[in-house]
Amino acid sequence: MTMLSPEEWEAVWLTLKVAARAVGFGLPVAVLAAWTLARFRFPGRAVLNALVHLPMVLPPVVTGWLLLIVFGVRGPIGSLLQDWFGIRLVFTTAGASLACAVMTFPIMVRSVRLSLDSIDTGLEQAARTLGAGWIDRLVNITLPLASPGILVGGIVGYATCLGEFGAVITFAANIPGQTQTLPLAIYAALQVPGGEAKAAELSMVSLTLALIGLLLSEWIGKRLNAALGR
Amino acid sequence: MSLSVSLHHRFPSIQMDIAFEVPSPGVTVLFGPSGSGKSTVINAAAGLLRPDAGRIAVDGKVLADTAAGVWLPPEKRRVGLVFQDSRLFPHMSVATNLRFGLRRVAPGAIVFDEIVDLLGIGALLDRRPAALSGGEKQRVAIGRALLAQPHLLLMDEPLASLDAARKAEILPFLVRLKTALRLPVLYVTHSLDEAARLADSIVLIEAGQVLAFGSVSEVAARADLPLAQRDDAGAVLVCNVEANDAGRALSRLTGGGVTFWVPLVDLPVGASCRIRIPAREVILAGQPPEAISLHNIVPGTVRQIVKDPARRSVVVQVGLPDGGLLSRITPDAVVRLGLSDGSPVLALIKSTSIEVLRP
Repeated sequence: MTMLSPEEWEAVWLTLKVAARAVGFGLPVAVLAAWTLARFRFPGRAVLNALVHLPMVLPPVVTGWLLLIVFGVRGPIGSLLQDWFGIRLVFTTAGASLACAVMTFPIMVRSVRLSLDSIDTGLEQAARTLGAGWIDRLVNITLPLASPGILVGGIVGYATCLGEFGAVITFAANIPGQTQTLPLAIYAALQVPGGEAKAAELSMVSLTLALIGLLLSEWIGKRLNAALGR
Repeated sequence: MSLSVSLHHRFPSIQMDIAFEVPSPGVTVLFGPSGSGKSTVINAAAGLLRPDAGRIAVDGKVLADTAAGVWLPPEKRRVGLVFQDSRLFPHMSVATNLRFGLRRVAPGAIVFDEIVDLLGIGALLDRRPAALSGGEKQRVAIGRALLAQPHLLLMDEPLASLDAARKAEILPFLVRLKTALRLPVLYVTHSLDEAARLADSIVLIEAGQVLAFGSVSEVAARADLPLAQRDDAGAVLVCNVEANDAGRALSRLTGGGVTFWVPLVDLPVGASCRIRIPAREVILAGQPPEAISLHNIVPGTVRQIVKDPARRSVVVQVGLPDGGLLSRITPDAVVRLGLSDGSPVLALIKSTSIEVLRP
């Protein structure tokens, strides 16, 4: 494999940054959503559950288009962000992160949720009788016990972000240096005659990153579970 | 001071109406078959289950009173709960588990080192719960609940998941706790042995209703309760050691207002202990027999005679000056002796048939 060119490095670096931001913002929200879905029964719970999982079953291009509608400069949220904070998401790096976060959200929620469901609620009850209020219980009992799922969710989410294509290209477009992440760069390379070599190089990078992510999540999950005495 | 509980709750399968008042401090055993509603009482007292209606008060402190709209959440109740399955936090060491409740309340009378000592868990402090045996886990769980400085301790079948050897290992700790800490305790069990050893009061529950409640000697000596229909039915008396006669290898105990001779016990004179006299070991007589090996010929009065058709026998409740005995005999013996309510009678008990329950 030949050395990557500066532009290719830029795409790799940008991809890692976009994914990091997507997980950084998406994971806490995913934990909150998973906890809400796992612990509370309320009207509209089924709707929330469906909404959370929607990006997993929708064609990514539809998700990207919906994001354009909502977060576009004339969209209900996009216009507010623009007017109040001067933030524009469409066709920006931040927008690419948002698209990634939305696409990987279901994966992160599912991972956290599985972990939460496997916690004996009796432990939270026990903490309650010992004088722990709900925040205390969440911080000291629930989250530590769910930490394998949260970490694995984060890593798998991160690895998935690295490969996000449809929603990113629809919402953030394919701007080198700004929104052109690895898969977009690969796609762009394939559009150009003689770009196969470049595409192959980038694909190898993509493959390596994905593998590292999967192996890491497996390893960390095992270590954490052992630490939790399971 | 007292612990008073009254609660009404409708489950799909059972209607619960439970009310009792017992002295505090002291161990109150909730006794009854599984599914009878014992755990419901525990969960309501802990605040984990909100009954349709009810009032729970400990030593004048109202924990719940649905009529007055009072409902303290579990975390505000200061009610310790020991579960059947210990529920130790798996991600914390034994020491951190023990301190979990302690760190969340103002310092109280129950001290860390004392509890660790009392429960014999000093060597386990650095371990994780996964590395403990069932009996050790349960001891840690008891310590954790106590260190939260509870006003009331609830124990929901704390020994049920343990084998006989582990039970025997923990029971002495429980008896020690009982005397060391003056706390009201609600203790759920369906083991008559645990009840006989620990209970100061017993509440008998069946199908969501209270059949009887009172002191352990009072309830255990009633012939008209389901307890008397068991193979292991028998009276429980709280006794004092009056004399140890090493020469004859006998000890003299007093309890229930009468004197009992038992094989020599290794308890000092003046110590308190409990004895259990199985109903099937008590012979009734009209006149004192002569030249007989047994030591205990106890005069009493027949209080009631209850048929036990399943065993083709009757259970006779014999009243003593302060308590009572049970005797299982045949209906034929009742006729031959001419027994009826109020008859004076002699209870003959072999000294070796009396089980002395070690404190």
